[in-house]
Amino acid sequence: MPTIRLDSLVKRYGDVEVLHGIDLEMADNEFTVLVGPSGCGKSTTLRMIAGLEDVSDGEIFVNDNPVSHLEPKERDLAMVFQDYALYPHMNVAQNISFALRLARRPKAEIDAKVKEVADMVGLTEFLARKPGALSGGQRQRVAMARALAKDSGIFLFDEPLSNLDAKLRGQMRAELAMMSQRVEKNMIYVTHDQIEAMTLADRIVVMHGGYIQQQGTPEELFKRPVNKFVAGFMGMPPMNFLDGEFVERDGEIFVSGQGFDVRLEGEVARKASSHGNKAVTLGVRPSDLSFDGAAEPARSLTLDVLVSEYVGAQSVLLCKCGAAQVMVEINSETPVALGQTLIFAVNSGGIHLFDRASEVAL
Amino acid sequence: MRTAMANRLTPYLFMAPAAIIMALALMYPLGYMIWGSFREWNPSQTIGEAEFVGLKNYIFLWNDPNFHESLGVTLKFAFFVVTIEMVIGVGLALLLDRDIRGMSFLRTMFILPMMIAPVVVGLMWRYMYHPTVGTFNRTLDGLGIPTVDWLGQYALMSVIIADIWQWTPFIFILALAALQSLPRSALEAARIDGATPWQQIIHIKLPLMMPVLIVTALLRLIDAFKVLEVILVMTEGGPGLSTEILALRISRTATEFRELGVAAAMSNYLLILLLLLTVGMFAFNRWQEARAAKLHAQVEEEA
Ligand SMILES: Nc1ncnc2c1ncn2[C@@H]1O[C@H](COP(=O)(O)OP(=O)(O)OP(=O)(O)O)[C@@H](O)[C@H]1O
Ligand SMILES: [Mg+2]
Repeated sequence: MPTIRLDSLVKRYGDVEVLHGIDLEMADNEFTVLVGPSGCGKSTTLRMIAGLEDVSDGEIFVNDNPVSHLEPKERDLAMVFQDYALYPHMNVAQNISFALRLARRPKAEIDAKVKEVADMVGLTEFLARKPGALSGGQRQRVAMARALAKDSGIFLFDEPLSNLDAKLRGQMRAELAMMSQRVEKNMIYVTHDQIEAMTLADRIVVMHGGYIQQQGTPEELFKRPVNKFVAGFMGMPPMNFLDGEFVERDGEIFVSGQGFDVRLEGEVARKASSHGNKAVTLGVRPSDLSFDGAAEPARSLTLDVLVSEYVGAQSVLLCKCGAAQVMVEINSETPVALGQTLIFAVNSGGIHLFDRASEVAL
Repeated sequence: MRTAMANRLTPYLFMAPAAIIMALALMYPLGYMIWGSFREWNPSQTIGEAEFVGLKNYIFLWNDPNFHESLGVTLKFAFFVVTIEMVIGVGLALLLDRDIRGMSFLRTMFILPMMIAPVVVGLMWRYMYHPTVGTFNRTLDGLGIPTVDWLGQYALMSVIIADIWQWTPFIFILALAALQSLPRSALEAARIDGATPWQQIIHIKLPLMMPVLIVTALLRLIDAFKVLEVILVMTEGGPGLSTEILALRISRTATEFRELGVAAAMSNYLLILLLLLTVGMFAFNRWQEARAAKLHAQVEEEA
């Protein structure tokens, strides 16, 4: 199983630089997910690893060997494309076996392999069909089977689930998660869906504007985002941000702004007091705000309900706090009227602080 | 009820004038030719004066060695021209389908021959083939190589070369268009699957271009059966009957031999041949559509 290392990888299209030095190391059998908003350079990074795009600067190492001068076929990798990229004139079996046939493997071996992977993704009865006669989800699985049949060390996925409906996507996501445990491969997976990222990844790499913002386990990224962008990108509904200032009162430190005045405790308070800059942004996830009318004022937010979205067991409330908007979750059974004022307690450990100018976490 | 009927008829009403003019313009000459082919008809007579002879003209042609020769020349010409043009045209398209500076200029250059009037092409090549002052023989002579009697000894080959020069671009642009509409990602997938450039052509590009290529070849074939001007200007069918393609023989039968009935019958033989080709082409299209529809229905059924 190979290790992959990207060493200050740069991509330029003419004068436009779209990737500005990507450094990344992926260990054995690791499921790495690249996430980020549209246009941040995820596909470009993946395609450079695959050898479909030239490297403008920097180097890609596989097992410590530079590979950027190699053709795609010399890199021992398989790829699942966003639009499946099946061969329209070949049936499913021929699609799956194309790489093996090019490699002139013995026929018995090819047949056995096709049967094995078709079984794995549940395509056995469609082997004689052309891609044009398959549904989106089936094509998706053919693309997956074709990649699996190659038996290469590196697996690349470029938003493989983006064309599917919500239900099928959930189903495929679960299948993928199971598959990644069964086959021991190095997988790199591109998506802009952070739920996919959270559920599949051993390690998530958040990209933005051609830079890596942060990398780590899903838990690290969720609990300790290094900046405001990552904090806002990971988690659904997204983190709430409130602009405020540090205020010292009676030997204690508060974040205070329009419509809120929250006391800091423990580790957070220590970080706040050692931070020179007073202007900060307070970040709180909806999941760290709980409805509690009796909460202590200095550890809670007072919110005016603007909109209520019923999503099942939970309702998502969009509320006003000063000039800012805050999203909270509440049990749907709780009666809530629009315009009502509610008090939400801030869970201890649920407070994130960011320098307002640099947006870096304290 | 009545309005529904009127609504249904309205489109036909609007189409009627165009349809009638089309029918007259198309059918009248065609009918005239078919009518004439059953007669012993001399240009000095009106068609009414000509004697009705039934299938005599057709039977005469069926047994006429000169007609056979002419048909043979036409078939040979069409076969070589289309085969060679397909190979060169598709080959060039495969070669030039890439983003290199100056490529669009090169592509434009390649399609220029197609834009020249056939008569001009014929004249041009006749001068280039001229036994003493032609470009080819002067060049050969300059290099000390024995000259070739292009339009004498190798007339059919020379005519074929000229046609290839003019019509390869047609296949080239259609093949290029087909290539550029191929799914890019399927080609990328093939690269990852380990296909060499040559294997990409054999296993991916050519099979996917095939429907377009077949139609292109048929169109060229139909055209090649009707070629006239270039050959008329270059060789007038000679020497002997060696380059007398059907279109030329038809025109000579009508003007030189003054046998309009025979000429019309010959035209009808050619028409039947072309019809068969066209029907073949449509049948191929139909078959492809039917296959696609069947597969589609299969998917619907399962969904
Ligand atoms: N051929 C090209 N020429 C110029 N710029 C390009 C080209 N291809 C991509 N880019 C630019 O590179 C940037 C990164 O593109 P990329 O396809 O990697 O985005 P992405 O992160 O995959 O986005 P998405 O989630 O929408 O797929 C984009 O800003 C895009 O405009
Ligand atoms: Mg992309």
